[in-house]
Amino acid sequence: MGLSLVEKLWARHCVADLGDGTDLLYIDRVLLHERTGSMALKGLKEQGRAVRHPDRAFVCMDHIVDTLPGRSDTTIMPGGTAFIHETRAAAAEAGIRVFDIGDDRQGIVHVVSPEQGIALPGATLVCPDSHTCTQGGLGTLAWGIGSTEAAHALATQTLVVKRPKTMRVRFDGALPPGVGAKDMILHLIAAHGAGGGSGYAIELAGSAVSALSVEARMTLCNMAVEFAAWTGLVAPDAKTIDWVKGRPFAPKGDLWDAAIADWQGLVSDADAVFDKEIRIDCAAIAPTITWGTSPQHAVPLTGHVPDPDTAADATAAQARRRALDYMGLKAGDALVGLPIDGAFIGSCTNSRLSDLRAAAAVLKGRKVAAGIRAICVPGSMQVKAAAEAEGLHLVFQAAGFEWRESGCSMCFFAGGEHFGKGQRVVTSTNRNFENRQGPGTRSHLASPVTVAASAIAGHIADPRSFLGEG
Amino acid sequence: MQKFTRLTGIAAPLFRANVDTDAIIPSREMKKVSKEGLGEGMFADWRYSDVANRVENPDFILNWPCFRKAPILLAGPNFGCGSSREHAVWALQDYGIRCVIAPSFGAIFQGNCVRNGILPLVLPEPSVAALAQAATPQLLTVDLAAQSVRVPDGTELPFTIAPADKEMLLEGLDAIGVTLKRLPAIRDFEGSYRARNPWLFF
Repeated sequence: MGLSLVEKLWARHCVADLGDGTDLLYIDRVLLHERTGSMALKGLKEQGRAVRHPDRAFVCMDHIVDTLPGRSDTTIMPGGTAFIHETRAAAAEAGIRVFDIGDDRQGIVHVVSPEQGIALPGATLVCPDSHTCTQGGLGTLAWGIGSTEAAHALATQTLVVKRPKTMRVRFDGALPPGVGAKDMILHLIAAHGAGGGSGYAIELAGSAVSALSVEARMTLCNMAVEFAAWTGLVAPDAKTIDWVKGRPFAPKGDLWDAAIADWQGLVSDADAVFDKEIRIDCAAIAPTITWGTSPQHAVPLTGHVPDPDTAADATAAQARRRALDYMGLKAGDALVGLPIDGAFIGSCTNSRLSDLRAAAAVLKGRKVAAGIRAICVPGSMQVKAAAEAEGLHLVFQAAGFEWRESGCSMCFFAGGEHFGKGQRVVTSTNRNFENRQGPGTRSHLASPVTVAASAIAGHIADPRSFLGEG
Repeated sequence: MQKFTRLTGIAAPLFRANVDTDAIIPSREMKKVSKEGLGEGMFADWRYSDVANRVENPDFILNWPCFRKAPILLAGPNFGCGSSREHAVWALQDYGIRCVIAPSFGAIFQGNCVRNGILPLVLPEPSVAALAQAATPQLLTVDLAAQSVRVPDGTELPFTIAPADKEMLLEGLDAIGVTLKRLPAIRDFEGSYRARNPWLFF
């Protein structure tokens, strides 16, 4: 019987079999940010323990830093400055590199790491952040952990991990116009539930995944955690290798040649057996948007808010009722046409150059509707610079979007900026939980093109109406 | 780490699906680089009708007099999904919760519980739902060594847990200390691993 990609990567990192389905795995990269990484570094220091390989750990300032122009260590998030200062000091003491405020490589950790060539195909990578699975888009075995586990990884360069079950999700067929990776993953979660991936490492595969850009694959993998998966990944291919080549921390010369020879073999064997397989026909995927407070509360954009009584069970029905109350909606309401107050493009889900290009194509020559607060936060300062080199910032600004410095920004509310109580926001982020973007803020998750189209219309709008033919 | 062996206490029902770690501890309640004092912010958006002034919402289950000091939570499926923030576990711990019983957990949250002496206990959904919907507060006895939950009518509900998690909780192990004992094996592995994958080293 052949092996799946996850099983192959597991085997090559297995230091010791600890019995009962648990292994000690070798960890190639540890990433930290100032929100939770600070606690990992503090914990180690309190225990008097050292970081074993500081050269393979990296810190990104992304969660608490402001994204307003002219920012400094002072933040509008209460207590935020302490997180920045303590993380910076602890990283310096441990000898860990920091992509700090003012560094032209600063940005969201899951954007910066692939962009800098830190995440590599076939490597293991952990970060005390749930969206670490994003980096699975490169074929990296990357997963989110807590701060205590991050301290373990820093001190030992290993983690004790239970072997996950394996799942393959095959997306086949051509994506319809106006449909992208964000719609694919929302579609999957809506169909199989926010707990559908629980206990699984998921390989995202199929002709539609092969056809995606590497950046779009990161969007797809980003929300594996919203599917409750242990992680998600896509097998590396020629596109991945092209994408990684020449990045600052990627191997060079002979090491590069050896690396790509290895990476070309990082695929699931034809006779690999998965614990579960799901097949999705991409022709059936429409632009998708959430109506409720769980990522599984997603429907085709042209659809309607479902009736709680049609939910699978009483628990799901109760969750739908709570969600309707929070979102100020009722069963049967149409999504298209629902008036909005805000539009947000950013986050580790959808803030890479290809996302900004797609949104700009919708925004070009158009204006955000009156009264809509529209914000674009590039995923990294490198993305921002690349976008500006193409003039994309001018498109966003002319349309009426704020054009920000990089960071996690308003993907979550930490006591600083927010959209406001009862405000309805279409957002390219990953979580529509109650109060996630601010107390009482109503978040609708969607693709960057749907966010852009909705900002222009002033209500939830179908991006296909703005994309010319098709 | 605090050990978990046996616990008898009232179980407070919070049987909702997909309760995320943002709900358990909103980001704005994480005010310091510290594990301490997070209990006050636990479930802040549900627990307080006026969060800023800490005015309690009398309808929230943990504000009912019979559940205020409950050391056990009866939770819905996928409890602790979402953000990796270990602060969610530190908040529960600071408040006094020692065990969460649910049909399933968010993976990172579950791991964080075990590393902080909180037992994430999985029971089938109908069992949890029945306990959560009982007319009177349920006094439960959780015995980790025996892997059983005794409910008020005397029934013993068995549960499974990964042996490594069980050992860590029963012994209150320092996980880093345990792994560091394997440092010679890690170094050996590292040498051969580096020879096979030199591009992963700087």
